[in-house]
Amino acid sequence: MATVTGERVIESADDRPQATSGRTARILAPLTIGVALLLGWEWLVRANGIPPYILPAPSAVGAELVASWHTLWPSMLVTLKIAALALSAAIIGGGGLALLCSLSKWVELSLLPYAVVLQVTPVVSIAPLILIYVDNTLTAVVLCAWIVAFFPILSNTMLGLDSADHNLRNLFELYQASRWQTLRLLRMPSALPYFLGGLKIAGGLSLIGAVVAEYVAGTAGTGTGLAFRVLEAQYRLNIPRMFAGLLILALLGVAIYLTFSWLAWLLLHRWHESAVRREN
Amino acid sequence: MLDATGGMGGSTLPLVRLRGVRKAFSTGTVALEGLDLTIGAHEFVSLVGPSGCGKSTALRLIAGLGQPTQGRIEWPQGETLGDVGFVFQEPTLLPWATVFDNVWLPFRLRGQSRAQVQDEVMGALDMVGLAGFSHAYPRELSGGMKMRVSIARALVTRPKLLLMDEPFAALDEITRFKLNDDLLALWQDQRWTVVFVTHSVYESVYLSSRIVVMAARPGRVVADLAVDVPYPRDERFRTSGAYNGYCRLASDELHRAMGE
Ligand SMILES: Nc1ncnc2c1ncn2[C@@H]1O[C@H](COP(=O)(O)OP(=O)(O)OP(=O)(O)O)[C@@H](O)[C@H]1O
Ligand SMILES: [Mg+2]
Repeated sequence: MATVTGERVIESADDRPQATSGRTARILAPLTIGVALLLGWEWLVRANGIPPYILPAPSAVGAELVASWHTLWPSMLVTLKIAALALSAAIIGGGGLALLCSLSKWVELSLLPYAVVLQVTPVVSIAPLILIYVDNTLTAVVLCAWIVAFFPILSNTMLGLDSADHNLRNLFELYQASRWQTLRLLRMPSALPYFLGGLKIAGGLSLIGAVVAEYVAGTAGTGTGLAFRVLEAQYRLNIPRMFAGLLILALLGVAIYLTFSWLAWLLLHRWHESAVRREN
Repeated sequence: MLDATGGMGGSTLPLVRLRGVRKAFSTGTVALEGLDLTIGAHEFVSLVGPSGCGKSTALRLIAGLGQPTQGRIEWPQGETLGDVGFVFQEPTLLPWATVFDNVWLPFRLRGQSRAQVQDEVMGALDMVGLAGFSHAYPRELSGGMKMRVSIARALVTRPKLLLMDEPFAALDEITRFKLNDDLLALWQDQRWTVVFVTHSVYESVYLSSRIVVMAARPGRVVADLAVDVPYPRDERFRTSGAYNGYCRLASDELHRAMGE
């Protein structure tokens, strides 16, 4: 036992049974609540004879989900595409601008105020304007989603780039590292946890941005995204389908969040406090 | 017999000279005031003094990190820019890089690949007893192990000037003694110049050719002792009368510096 490496010792100290029971509880507890809520809802609707155009029962929503899957699924793909495009643009724009700001105080001084203005202006109020000036509805919607998604990435990455340990900066200065080396080997890795935190927020925001923009575009656009389907169902008083659409949107949001949480874990679990399990 | 292999005690050419150095921080703290200190080439100088007397600050100024508020730092033989090894008081490792990559860093910044310097890096890790941990991440190491990685990183490039800020404070006595001897052997072999900050009078006597005692508020030099004992020094030196004499001397100066 005494001669094994540090890593092995950590492994054998792992309390497996407890870890497993913790994981089961984490899935089981919310699942139980969820099932209980659904059953209660179903009972409430049936017992009081509430009509589906006021409050559909979960079973009705489920049936509608299956029935209109052939329209909802392609719509979900459209919304996902909009969110993904907006997020990609936000990563390039936000991350890129943060790098530029860190390299030049002038860029920061001259551009950052406008980034803040863009951030504090509600997207619902800019979206109609964008829809007027940008011909292509898809482009306009992506632009709206981009506006809400890019700021968390920008501000988090900027904070991260400036958060490198001062002694490590001294070390790089001592070894006469170039600006680029310091950026790539010290400041960018320091910024990674912050960037990933921003990504988690921006992922959800890009979806919200896409939905809001589509709502504003409404029937005026050629929209076939999920938000458009929900809106359409509302006009037709097809409340179960509204619920079905909302359900898919919620699941999509959760999936995006989980994907980025997993990515963050993947990149950080070897070294960063946020992703490393505490072992005392 | 005396000074046979050492070449010390101010008899060498000055490498760096601090003249009337004052360092005040933006908080208003005056860390150093009127500091005069000359480090000769190939000397092993220890800085001792009470906590907060400006030892780390002085070391950073010598390294060229930050400018003195007043006074000058002169390099009569030209600056040793880029050829400095620095062991910070904290381990100061890249948390996202393995032990190997941390020690490789100085080479990497000079554009040398992993494969090119594999032997040097592993040699340095071997010296600090961490060859088996080259793939570990800093967070998987103990405090003393991290410090040893930091020492390996400072030594791996074999710099002309080595600045060490309490490098062995976190280590057990046996490891400390071993690293003391390794450091002395390297120093003699490579003809480096070492400036070594320590809180241990015993360690400073064992290692150095010169002990500089500093006092606090404001930080300044109050005593400068040559340790005229030839190198190589070994365990027998630790029990010799000369060793005890120098320890007493340095200890008295330190007490005086602390105002007792
Ligand atoms: N970045 C800083 N900002 C403000 N004051 C500082 C800073 N660094 C050091 N000081 C102050 O300068 C003085 C000297 O600090 P320094 O770290 O050089 O002491 P030291 O001799 O190395 O102490 P120790 O033995 O405890 O490491 C202290 O009073 C400290 O408060
Ligand atoms: Mg110090």
